[in-house]
Amino acid sequence: MPVDVADPATAAADALLPRPFRVVANRRETSDTVTLELEPLDGDGLAFAAGQFTMLQAFGVGEVPISISGDPARPGLLVHTVRDVGGVTRALCAAEVGDVLGVRGPYGRGWGVSDARGGDVVVVAGGIGLAPLRAAVLEVVRARSGFGRVHVLYGARTEDDLLFGRDLEEWATEPDTEVAVIVDRAATSWPGRVGLVTELVRAAAFDAPRTLALVCGPEVMMRFVGAELTARGVPASQVRLSLERNMRCGVGLCGHCQLREYLLCVDGPVLSLDAVRPQLGIREL
Amino acid sequence: MRSLQELLAEHPFFAGLDEDTVGMLVGCASNVHYRPGEYLFRQGDPADRFFVVRRGRVALDVHGPGRTEMVVDTVDEGGVVGWSWLVPPYRWFFDARATQEVSAVAVDASCLRDKCDQDPALGYALMQRVTGVMYERLQSARIRLLDLYGADRAG
Amino acid sequence: MTDTESAVALDLAGLQALVDLLAAEGYTVLGPTVRAGAVVPGRVTTVDDLPRGWGDTQEPGSYRLRRRDDEALFGYAADAISWKSVLFPSRELMWSGTRTADGFSITAGEGSGGLGDPPYAILGIRACDLHAVAIHDRVLQERAHPDVHYAARRKDAFLVTVSCSDPSGTCFCVSMGTGPRAESGFDLALTELLGDEHTFLARAGSERGRAVLDRLGSRPAAEGDVVAADEVVERSTRRMGRTMDTTDIRTLLYDNADHPRWDDVASRCLSCGNCTMVCPTCFCTSAEDHTSLAGDTAEHWRVWDSCFTSDFSYLHGGSVRSSTKSRYRQWMTHKLASWIDQFGTSGCVGCGRCLTWCPVGIDITEEVAAIRADPRPTAEPGGGG
Repeated sequence: MPVDVADPATAAADALLPRPFRVVANRRETSDTVTLELEPLDGDGLAFAAGQFTMLQAFGVGEVPISISGDPARPGLLVHTVRDVGGVTRALCAAEVGDVLGVRGPYGRGWGVSDARGGDVVVVAGGIGLAPLRAAVLEVVRARSGFGRVHVLYGARTEDDLLFGRDLEEWATEPDTEVAVIVDRAATSWPGRVGLVTELVRAAAFDAPRTLALVCGPEVMMRFVGAELTARGVPASQVRLSLERNMRCGVGLCGHCQLREYLLCVDGPVLSLDAVRPQLGIREL
Repeated sequence: MRSLQELLAEHPFFAGLDEDTVGMLVGCASNVHYRPGEYLFRQGDPADRFFVVRRGRVALDVHGPGRTEMVVDTVDEGGVVGWSWLVPPYRWFFDARATQEVSAVAVDASCLRDKCDQDPALGYALMQRVTGVMYERLQSARIRLLDLYGADRAG
Repeated sequence: MTDTESAVALDLAGLQALVDLLAAEGYTVLGPTVRAGAVVPGRVTTVDDLPRGWGDTQEPGSYRLRRRDDEALFGYAADAISWKSVLFPSRELMWSGTRTADGFSITAGEGSGGLGDPPYAILGIRACDLHAVAIHDRVLQERAHPDVHYAARRKDAFLVTVSCSDPSGTCFCVSMGTGPRAESGFDLALTELLGDEHTFLARAGSERGRAVLDRLGSRPAAEGDVVAADEVVERSTRRMGRTMDTTDIRTLLYDNADHPRWDDVASRCLSCGNCTMVCPTCFCTSAEDHTSLAGDTAEHWRVWDSCFTSDFSYLHGGSVRSSTKSRYRQWMTHKLASWIDQFGTSGCVGCGRCLTWCPVGIDITEEVAAIRADPRPTAEPGGGG
């Protein structure tokens, strides 16, 4: 039936239909990751909070949840950093300028960056986890004077897997801002650090009781980083993780993304460490 | 110019050791500097000393053809390089290369082993510290072995 | 609460009149029917379509119809398949689309129906299943992004509940507070009385139900009918096949995530998913995208899914819940514990179908009792305090 926005019943049905967005840029970040820039066909931007995601659709192939990696202050441009790990993401990564993708969202609970005002911000990213955190850092940088010390701590597999090189350089020029990068292993030409991202946390100087830590990466990494942060004195309620589970609907109806009582698409994906530490400790939950 | 005693005492690795004990170590210690690209030691060389890094960065390299030439670890200021001096056959496993200007204190291994044999309490104190370093390094290596950031393709 | 004064008595002709009236008002009338050796939802045009004289014998892993020695129309316990599939079909077209020069154009799917077109009138839904509908109302409607097709079917659905007179060996609605008689959530409530006359005590539970009763022109219920109906319910209450102690069950299951009983049940569970299919409250779904060969048209379908499938929890190259143990624990913990945090009630209505239809006869009341009898909380509490 045609969608009639004046009728609430059809408007509600409309809410779950993908909106067409045109690809205006496809930038290769690494051998398996690209950043897509999208503009809506209907002209209305997509206002979102840092940490939210959309269900991004390749017509006829399927849809997957992808974090928004763009600038919350620029809702007219939807930015997604996508890693090729399966059929749908492969199709998304292969999208060319001019192609039209489907977008549902934004969904989920974001980082809540403004809660960090007046204190230090520690951002810890592992691998592709830097994508949803990019939106958070952009939000902090835009209102830099509202925050204390800022640390962007980023771990990746090798120097060839580093995302957002230019952003990292720019953020390092911000006042009172540390950007530290570490890789699992590197070619001998790499002058930087080699090791685990927890080492960067250990070496960073921040006022733990007044710090909001935002962490995103593989779940094992987030567990270790969370332990490192709380050992330093950051309250578990001030450590926020972006968690991930299988998602089919993104709106709390399909039941796939449950982490015991939490539906990650609705109660998360950002949850504080004190809320999820018990659940993360149970195998195969 | 600060004394070796002062340099050792202020380094995190020796934190908690009393002045006399540090004094004992001074006899085995010397100040060393490396320029970027210079090697502290090479794989296979006798492991005759270890280094407490005061400034700069040391890369632990594995060398081999093509991609197998890589950095497996780095140690920055406050860290310690080398524990092969503790375990027979006392030979270095990796290359250690300065990637920046490095200032360190080198501690002679056989000198230190002798002192530890004579003074088990000193030996125990050092063993605790070295174990702490190994523990962290092992955890780091094991977790990196998981290749958490590696690609997992769906079927 | 319904009032005694407005209860009426229907005889068989009155029941037929009810069916005819609902059909005349445009409802697709559905009710329990006997097909392929089981009582299952089907179309009802006359009272003869109902399972007259049929009862059932249900035990874990076993379902048999049996001939009763009376003419009861509703003498079975729970339908083999719940009414879930009427309001929440197993396949639903969400949208269909076509590639265009500008990208694609999309049309929302219309609601689908398996047993005919809505609006539906369901004659004979049990109290447990009525509670399941109320649970689905909360899960599928009272959400930020509701299921609009469910909402549309639900709004118009006319529900006639019938009290249970012959519960089975797997029933435990009393433990779950959902039966054997419904107290709310219906348009009409019937209790079948097999006295000297075959009568149905009928009460209205809504204005819509009231209007229908008035139009039937039946006689007001006699005091004796009301007493007899209460006795039917009282007898059923005392004849539950199973019980489940739900005291602090959320904490119990949260704290015992590593209990050895999970390994025990995993050694029996086939991970077949039958329980999720027959459970009237299970709601998990997945999405399927179909395209034409040329890829120029596509359809996006929502289909029932089960947390027992191996890739339900697929993530990063593997499944989070790869063992049968973890999947069984997920299902049972969700049904009895996490559901409370998510939706404010238990997810279980005590219908017993998961016991009956489990090929190996796993009984969740027994699993809960086993954990309760010998709790082994993990060292760090599961946050269930």
